[in-house]
Amino acid sequence: METQSATIDARADELVAEFGLFDGWMGRYEHLIDLGREIPQIADAHKDDAHRIEGCQSKVWVRAEPGEGGRLRFTGDSNAAITRGLAALLIRVLDDQPPADVAAADLGFLGEIGMEEHLSPTRKNGLHAMVEQIKGRARRAA
Amino acid sequence: MEAARPQREPALDADYDVEAVRAQFPALQQEVYDEQPLVYLDNAATTQKPQAVVDRLERYYTRENANVHRGVHVLSQQASSAYEAVRERVADFIGAPEPDRGPAHAQIVYTRGTTEAINLVAATWGRSELEAGDEVLLSRMEHHSNIVPWQRICEETGAELKVIPVTDRGELDVEALEALLSERTELVAVTHVSNTLGTINPVERITEKAHAAGAKVLVDGAQSVPHMEIDVAELGVDFFCFSGHKMYGPTGIGALYGRRKLLDAMPPYQGGGDMIDEVSFGGTTYAEVPHKFEAGTPSIADVIALGAAAAWLDDMGRERVHEHERALLRYATERAREIDDIRLIGTAREKASVLSFLLGDVHPYDAGTVLDRLGIAVRTGHHCTQPLMERLEIPGTVRASLACYNTREDIDRLAEGLEKVRTMFG
Repeated sequence: METQSATIDARADELVAEFGLFDGWMGRYEHLIDLGREIPQIADAHKDDAHRIEGCQSKVWVRAEPGEGGRLRFTGDSNAAITRGLAALLIRVLDDQPPADVAAADLGFLGEIGMEEHLSPTRKNGLHAMVEQIKGRARRAA
Repeated sequence: MEAARPQREPALDADYDVEAVRAQFPALQQEVYDEQPLVYLDNAATTQKPQAVVDRLERYYTRENANVHRGVHVLSQQASSAYEAVRERVADFIGAPEPDRGPAHAQIVYTRGTTEAINLVAATWGRSELEAGDEVLLSRMEHHSNIVPWQRICEETGAELKVIPVTDRGELDVEALEALLSERTELVAVTHVSNTLGTINPVERITEKAHAAGAKVLVDGAQSVPHMEIDVAELGVDFFCFSGHKMYGPTGIGALYGRRKLLDAMPPYQGGGDMIDEVSFGGTTYAEVPHKFEAGTPSIADVIALGAAAAWLDDMGRERVHEHERALLRYATERAREIDDIRLIGTAREKASVLSFLLGDVHPYDAGTVLDRLGIAVRTGHHCTQPLMERLEIPGTVRASLACYNTREDIDRLAEGLEKVRTMFG
């Protein structure tokens, strides 16, 4: 895709390679849970309704702050480990990138790493809502 | 963790051939994800359907389809007879008593399900009977569908909602209920069986106390009808609601039982065809009960298949089915107690068919997601009972709920799955 940022692509490819090391779903999920442990933590003070992602069974918060050169810096957290892992995936790929690139990012890698079942808007994990929120924020910043 | 394995309760009924029961449910024969045979433990949300019910729907649509109550032609007459015959079966199924006037089955109103039945009572009886100063008592363990309609009608009429507390083990506090009852109480609306905890509420006792205070009683039977014999006359309730899809029938169909006198006095629910006697722009007169509550073309096929579901359960022998489920719940409870860090949510003395729990600090969503990948369908979350979750100070639970076709192997797979969950999140 011509609008796709090279950096976002490279990061996504890196994740695909990482998850490719695992044969089964259980290994992939364990890796996801591990990634969640490394999420750039949102400050407790920001775990409020303004940063809460709606539509999840668990609580999940994502915050975007302007960084250098107008790029957005993301932090997040969730009280469910899988959801925290999903938030961490998004942040790892989209953090500190030009807002226009974030807004246009193709997140097809989520399917490639075996997380496609989480992408449906009807799944109550909020991944879809997280993507919407992050991209919406990026569009406004672009 | 218990030091010694507790003495097992008597084994499941050896005569109950659960494999033969399972064989009647096509949806249970499938594998999910990576060739995992499906373990379906989300029956409190909806049960699977036996072939007999699926066949009945198909037969209706392929050979019998016609609108009811209108046609002079043979298909319409047959559809109408079948449709009305189910009303008699449903009346019999829940033990509707003979009223002073008309047959027992005239007290059965078809609805889309329990939710619509409660909304119907709130919108008709509630709107015409409640006024400022009146009180409606609900329990803390109600499903949102037995809370929100009353909140709305109370806002509209100025009546007040009062909440019957729930004890730590998840039982309704009957003494507190007695203290809340007064001459202002117009209605006590309670669930028969808690969808989240499985608690069986003492409806007879509640009804006795409520009636002594001059209040009416509405019972949400969505979770009791599939799991126990229901006799609304014995329970003494004024309104009783249930859903077809939780008792092996189709979605989109349920029923309201109401005492004839109450139904007669209630205004109609929705306006339209079939609920009228005569219509003119000078004024309209309404049909008799139950038809005055059934505007428009109903879910004819689903009504007829609901009848098939009730017949199927009766053929199975409801008491045998229930005994199987009770024994299986005991087994599931024992197996669960052997798991480290498990916390059973809802330990009422009388329970039906539901095992709700938390596993250490694992979020229910995480547990449910991993169980799902293992082919085990459970429900996670607040189960549409947020006030109860708040009372128990938990975000939600993992809920395994049983039906006639569940086996010890299902429970063993659940227990193994939970050990995996512990390993992954521990």
